[in-house]
Amino acid sequence: MKTTLLAAGLATIAFPALAETPVLTVLTYDSFVSEWGPGPKVEAAFEATCACDLQFVGAGDGAALLARVQLEGAGSDADVVLGLDTSLTAAAAATGLFAPHGQAGATALPVAFDDPLFLPFDWGWFAFVYDKAKLPEPPKNFEALGASDLKIVIQDPRSSTPGLGLLLWVKAAYGDRAAEIWAGLADNIVTVTPGWSEAYGLFLEGEADMVLSYTTSPAYHLIAEGDAGKAAALFDEGHYLQVEVAGKLAATDQGALADQFMAFLTSEGFQSVIPETNWMYPAVTPAAGLPDGFDAFRPAKSLLMSPDAAMAARDAALAEWQAALAR
Amino acid sequence: MASRARPLNLGPLVLAAVLLALVAGPLVTVAARAGQFVMVPQDWAAVRFTLMQASLSALISVGLAVPVARALARRRFAGRQALITLMGAPFLLPAMVAVLGLLAVFGRSGVMNDLLAEMGLPTVSIYGLHGVLLAHVFLNLPLAVRIILQGWQSIPAERFRLAASLGFGPSEVARHLERPMLWAVLPGAGLVIFVICLTSFAVVLTLGGGPAATTVELAIYQAVRFDFDLGRAAMLALVQLGLCAVAAGLVFGLARQVGFGAGLDRSLVIAGPGGWRRWADGAAITAAALFLLVPLGAVVLRGVPGLAEVPDVVFTAALRSVLVAIVSAAMTVSVALVLADAVARRARGFGFLEAAAVLPLATSGLVLGTGLFLIVQPVVSPLSVALPVTVLVNTALALPYVYRLVLPDAQTVVGDYGRLSDSLGLQGWPRWRWVVLPRLARPVGFGAGVAAALSIGDLGVITLFAGGDQGTLPLVVQQLTGAYRMQAAAGAALLLVGLSFGLFWLCDWGGRRASA
Amino acid sequence: MLQLDRVVLAQDGFRLTADWAAAPGCRVAVIGPSGAGKSSLLAAIAGFFPPVSGAVRWNGTDIGGLAPGARPLSVLFQDQNLFPHLTVAQNLGLGLRPDLRLSGTEAMRVDAAIERVGLAGLGQRKPGELSGGQAGRAALARALLRARPMLLLDEPFAALGPALKAEMLALVAEVAGDSGALVLMVTHDPADAKAFAEAVVLVADGVAAAPVQTEHLFANPPPALRGYLGPAGQI
Repeated sequence: MKTTLLAAGLATIAFPALAETPVLTVLTYDSFVSEWGPGPKVEAAFEATCACDLQFVGAGDGAALLARVQLEGAGSDADVVLGLDTSLTAAAAATGLFAPHGQAGATALPVAFDDPLFLPFDWGWFAFVYDKAKLPEPPKNFEALGASDLKIVIQDPRSSTPGLGLLLWVKAAYGDRAAEIWAGLADNIVTVTPGWSEAYGLFLEGEADMVLSYTTSPAYHLIAEGDAGKAAALFDEGHYLQVEVAGKLAATDQGALADQFMAFLTSEGFQSVIPETNWMYPAVTPAAGLPDGFDAFRPAKSLLMSPDAAMAARDAALAEWQAALAR
Repeated sequence: MASRARPLNLGPLVLAAVLLALVAGPLVTVAARAGQFVMVPQDWAAVRFTLMQASLSALISVGLAVPVARALARRRFAGRQALITLMGAPFLLPAMVAVLGLLAVFGRSGVMNDLLAEMGLPTVSIYGLHGVLLAHVFLNLPLAVRIILQGWQSIPAERFRLAASLGFGPSEVARHLERPMLWAVLPGAGLVIFVICLTSFAVVLTLGGGPAATTVELAIYQAVRFDFDLGRAAMLALVQLGLCAVAAGLVFGLARQVGFGAGLDRSLVIAGPGGWRRWADGAAITAAALFLLVPLGAVVLRGVPGLAEVPDVVFTAALRSVLVAIVSAAMTVSVALVLADAVARRARGFGFLEAAAVLPLATSGLVLGTGLFLIVQPVVSPLSVALPVTVLVNTALALPYVYRLVLPDAQTVVGDYGRLSDSLGLQGWPRWRWVVLPRLARPVGFGAGVAAALSIGDLGVITLFAGGDQGTLPLVVQQLTGAYRMQAAAGAALLLVGLSFGLFWLCDWGGRRASA
Repeated sequence: MLQLDRVVLAQDGFRLTADWAAAPGCRVAVIGPSGAGKSSLLAAIAGFFPPVSGAVRWNGTDIGGLAPGARPLSVLFQDQNLFPHLTVAQNLGLGLRPDLRLSGTEAMRVDAAIERVGLAGLGQRKPGELSGGQAGRAALARALLRARPMLLLDEPFAALGPALKAEMLALVAEVAGDSGALVLMVTHDPADAKAFAEAVVLVADGVAAAPVQTEHLFANPPPALRGYLGPAGQI
């Protein structure tokens, strides 16, 4: 009798959620979960409708997310993975861990996008951001940038998703000439940082004239700091897209809830939070439209490789990049 | 001399085995996911660059530290102790914070280039191998100075008194007292710095200027995150461990033990030599202080405006970090003491103990974290053990430093008071309580401070294990920078530096007080 | 009764044999040329230098397996007889209880011992604040407290002046006389031996000879002793 009581007591301590609401676990990158990211608002909005407990688990940055999914494998506690981008989805699909989402999908993307496994929740154009006061006439393309003596900071493609995005950008825009473009850029690159935040920090400290970031970065300074001085240089060869996607894990034990969350991703409750927390374009334009500054820098042309093409191109592109910059 | 039968002590052996398992277990687990492994040309280039930058960083740090430590050892001036403590601070800075501090001085729009431009001189770029070395020397010179200064202080004042009474000039003092001490101390100090720089990642990447500056640690990163090739990551981690082992072998071959004998803890003020050496010492202290304190000041200046913007979550994270740091430091010091004492007493298997104590230094934090994750995840949710795992890993990673700091004095205690303790039947806890701990209070305090500070600043495995709401302070700093909030991040980073320095100072001060 | 039963000490080319006994309460000087092995002999008895063969016995019991602290003896080394970070009283207290949890009676015994060796009022001093003679007295006081049946002195007073040394030796004789302890004292000064010891062990040429009555030995010095004493040492 005593032992059963004890066991029951232990069970309530160990599994407090068992008798209560179901838990949906979403694996994502750290900055999504942080107090300043979309996480808290998204959680409140979804929990208001689902009668469940939505738990975000941060797993480092975007590049670490896929590694984490692969580490956990089929034994993962997660039900949904949120925050992969299209340069990683081919590898993610190849794990066989993801199940079709069955959603209609995003409507506000500048390119056609249809992936049975991965559903876009936001997107952005990579761009070089600069200070208008210090740089009145920014270059119009990579060749002009390479020919100038401007200093830029970029991210390492081996450890960061923007870094990998830049690699694919140059490849998508210039194909076989990519190595030549990188050779031209080599003397402009002040340094290569491990991640986005280090690079952006260096730029703000005045270490470079331009930094690889997003066309929406100036909007942050405008809206959050009232600083209209930052701008994104528009390149005429087009801008590579980062499309951030979510996918349902096949091994989820909360299938229905996971489907409900996937549907929620493109709803107003989620999409209206994105612009001013994740500083990316929403995948479906919210009813209130886009905030100020989000229309300031819209490239005429969008570039995006298919996940498979990106996967196939990246090793050779990395080798070209290393060879050009190692000199 | 008399020798004794080697004591067989199971405690240290078990500890060392646990430690080895903690370091090797994850490596093996990661390797078990392996495919084939071949070193590609880029890997060899990474090995070459890693070795070069780490050796140069160690040589320069140690070389510059000698005159500074000597000057600090033989001169007395107002604020000396405060300066020594403050000059230790750069070692405690998280890498990226240190880099931003250096950039404020040596960067493209830093103070130095502004001055050069004003004088009409060409500006200089910090990016490249020299920038990496600059940052590594900035981060590690404080450690080198402290280790060497301790070496100086370990020469009993009575020996300097003897030297003075024999009419020794500075060069005789150097030959008979200082050089033997340096021979004993420098190789170990150099090794520690070499190995720290071996696994340096953010500094090398950020200041290295491009993929030419690729280290083995970055190759490991690439293997885990870009290629998801865990086998490759494990093998590269083994290569890194091998480099460290070779370096350690060379160094332990070089290092000699010196016996200065015991003093009576008299505090004698020995007047340093006069003449031009006075000025040279003054110059060494001034130059080191400027080099170390100006970038530190820049960190403070950057952070102060952000302090007002620091959100509440930073304070809960700070509290969590402090708790983790205190527990980690206590564990590190305990393990280091037990191992150092056993090695000093040449207990059975002391070579094994020594290896276990030094090995974690060369471990790739990423591989350690990944392996632990693979071990833990099938059993229990990684989220629920994030803080214990962080404590465990911080303990293992800080152990080598603390062990090396404690060992020389542990050997001195055994050498000077081993027979006396034995003859009085002092063993077990009374021996620790009345002999070892009081004699080692100074390095133990210093070591605990280093361990606590390293633990506070460490991002390490927490990124793999922690979820949204149990982040430590460095994680929150990273989240702030990831959300464009650079100023708040600078404020939080300053808080981080302040806490880490505060904990360090408390431990160090406590140790000095207890030994007085 | 201390018994050295065919004890052989060896290390790195050094070799010393001893095969003799000494009675309780006896004061024995150990003399011989420098490097002959006087200190090693004491170290072997004290448990710091395991013999390669033979046995060290006390009252018939082999004490070879005992740790130094468990042997029926106290040792005074050439130096480092006191822990510099502990007070004189604490240093003495360690002789009674290694964990220093002294009972009231034990604390009183410590005070008495301090007084007995003439250090009254200095119990709270640290060794660094004592003179050489005072430090020697403190160490002796601890031996007094330990009250072991053997006292080994490895030239603890070598650094003291002649008058002070004579005083210390008198104190040793007193302390040992109180407890009836066997004293083995290494010295390089024949005068010490003559003033203090009833018997002398001569250590030379790889042999620690059996104790010989002091007067007898100096009256008829064997060749090894004559060589050691030299012409100036002739009596």
